[in-house]
Amino acid sequence: MTHVKPKFAMYWAASCGGCEIAVLNTHEKILDVDANFDVVFWPVAMDAKYKDVEAMEDGSILLTLFNGGIRNDENEHIAKLLRQKSKILVAFGSCACEGCIPGLANLSPVGEIVHTAFNTISTDNPHEIYPRTSYDVPEGELHIPKLEKTLRPLDHVVDVDYYMPGCPPESHQIAAVLDLVIDVLHGRATLPPKGSTIGVGNSTVCDECPRARNVKLIKEFKRIQDIAPADPDLCLLEQGIPCNGPATCSGCNARCPQAGAQCIGCYGPAQGVTDYGARLITAFSSVIDATTPEEIERILDGIPDPTGQVYRFSLPASLLMANREAFKAK
Amino acid sequence: MTDQFEPTIIGFTCNWCSYRAADLAGTARMKYAPNVRLIRLMCSGRLDPTFVLRALSGGADGVMITGCHPGECHYIEQNYKALRRFLLLRRVLTGLGIEPERVKLVWASAAEGAKFAAETTTFVEEIRKLGPLCWGKDEDGRMKDDEDIGNSSIKTHPSSFEKEVPA
Ligand code: SF4
Ligand code: SF4
Ligand code: SF4
Repeated sequence: MTHVKPKFAMYWAASCGGCEIAVLNTHEKILDVDANFDVVFWPVAMDAKYKDVEAMEDGSILLTLFNGGIRNDENEHIAKLLRQKSKILVAFGSCACEGCIPGLANLSPVGEIVHTAFNTISTDNPHEIYPRTSYDVPEGELHIPKLEKTLRPLDHVVDVDYYMPGCPPESHQIAAVLDLVIDVLHGRATLPPKGSTIGVGNSTVCDECPRARNVKLIKEFKRIQDIAPADPDLCLLEQGIPCNGPATCSGCNARCPQAGAQCIGCYGPAQGVTDYGARLITAFSSVIDATTPEEIERILDGIPDPTGQVYRFSLPASLLMANREAFKAK
Repeated sequence: MTDQFEPTIIGFTCNWCSYRAADLAGTARMKYAPNVRLIRLMCSGRLDPTFVLRALSGGADGVMITGCHPGECHYIEQNYKALRRFLLLRRVLTGLGIEPERVKLVWASAAEGAKFAAETTTFVEEIRKLGPLCWGKDEDGRMKDDEDIGNSSIKTHPSSFEKEVPA
């Protein structure tokens, strides 16, 4: 009998595809995947059908990286299917972990989302044609997936073994995780406890950020493009630019502040943070130099969309959204 | 038995002033609405906005935060911190579609039992007017159609997914 390689799968639900590119971006590391795994399902990289996955034995896929949130009934079906077929299911990328940018659509009713997509000034749709979930053609009945009312993170639908945040996760982190799994396969390492967040640091982005912090208080919040140029060495928050670094998990080497832009929080909540937005509310409040309600409100006017600012990547996984009945899996 | 909605309110009080105000209201046998469950913190500056979100997501209809008057904080100026967090939190809640009036900040000194009692009663009335903080759900636990949620300010297109394709 020949040696059988463990099976690997990757899937995209409601996502942008950036996570897949990030995996391909591990360059020669991708060859290790091929050398160590039998890739059985990976829509972006190879042709396979759902029925091929359905035919697999339960638990026969060793590792599945699942990216994207659950936005329609097809996403949900495949999430459940891959859970059943996989030993290790990783919520891969911010969309799967916390809902990410597609999750911001939870602030709008689904009807309005469809309307915006199919019938606004940017869309020429004089007959108001909208997609239907089923349609009869001579060859038979066609189905397209039905949008659900909200986007849910993967773990609101199925049990998840590991979380790997990032929009997308950094390639060096992906490579490190792939190395770990390969080491486990060869008996050189053991897996972290179930439920762990992997491929991240254990601190905050501020901790990796080289900018100097001087406990400077601010009289104004500003958009980074409105101050030219920002001091390259001073903490952005102390320059009045809302930077999400204090609440965000480290692991990206403070990529954005190093490049001159504020952290927007794509690595998700740092360890010990229950609600990402709440932690940021505390962080932003702490630099405001004012004691009267009027003055504080004036300073806060400098953050035009506070909800989007503090929940840009984590709205569906936030405390309030998570408890909406709408999010509970059946 | 009345059908009147009895809101559940979580109150966070600081140890030094506002909790004593509540105590005073009690020992002086002042009458006020019984809907508030108090949680004592050492200082209003200890109020992590997470506590408020946790209360609201766990079933509270409103949250009352109380602290010492500005300038009288036992930890110098932590109540200003509470004020800043409170004001930003209200903005974030508004963006989430939650009425910001569901969270209230009250300054009360240890001597102001009457003020504490009156503010509590007023707040309970305000929340009663707003109604329960519920998200709406249907039988299988999902959110109701947006049309059913009632006074939603956002108009939903009625025919999404259903429109016939013209021949
Ligand atoms: S996490 Fe970011 S990169 Fe990955 S699919 Fe979502 S939006 Fe794209
Ligand atoms: S707030 Fe932003 S700029 Fe300041 S130290 Fe943290 S990551 Fe760096
Ligand atoms: S600095 Fe922030 S936004 Fe930028 S990559 Fe890191 S976690 Fe993401």
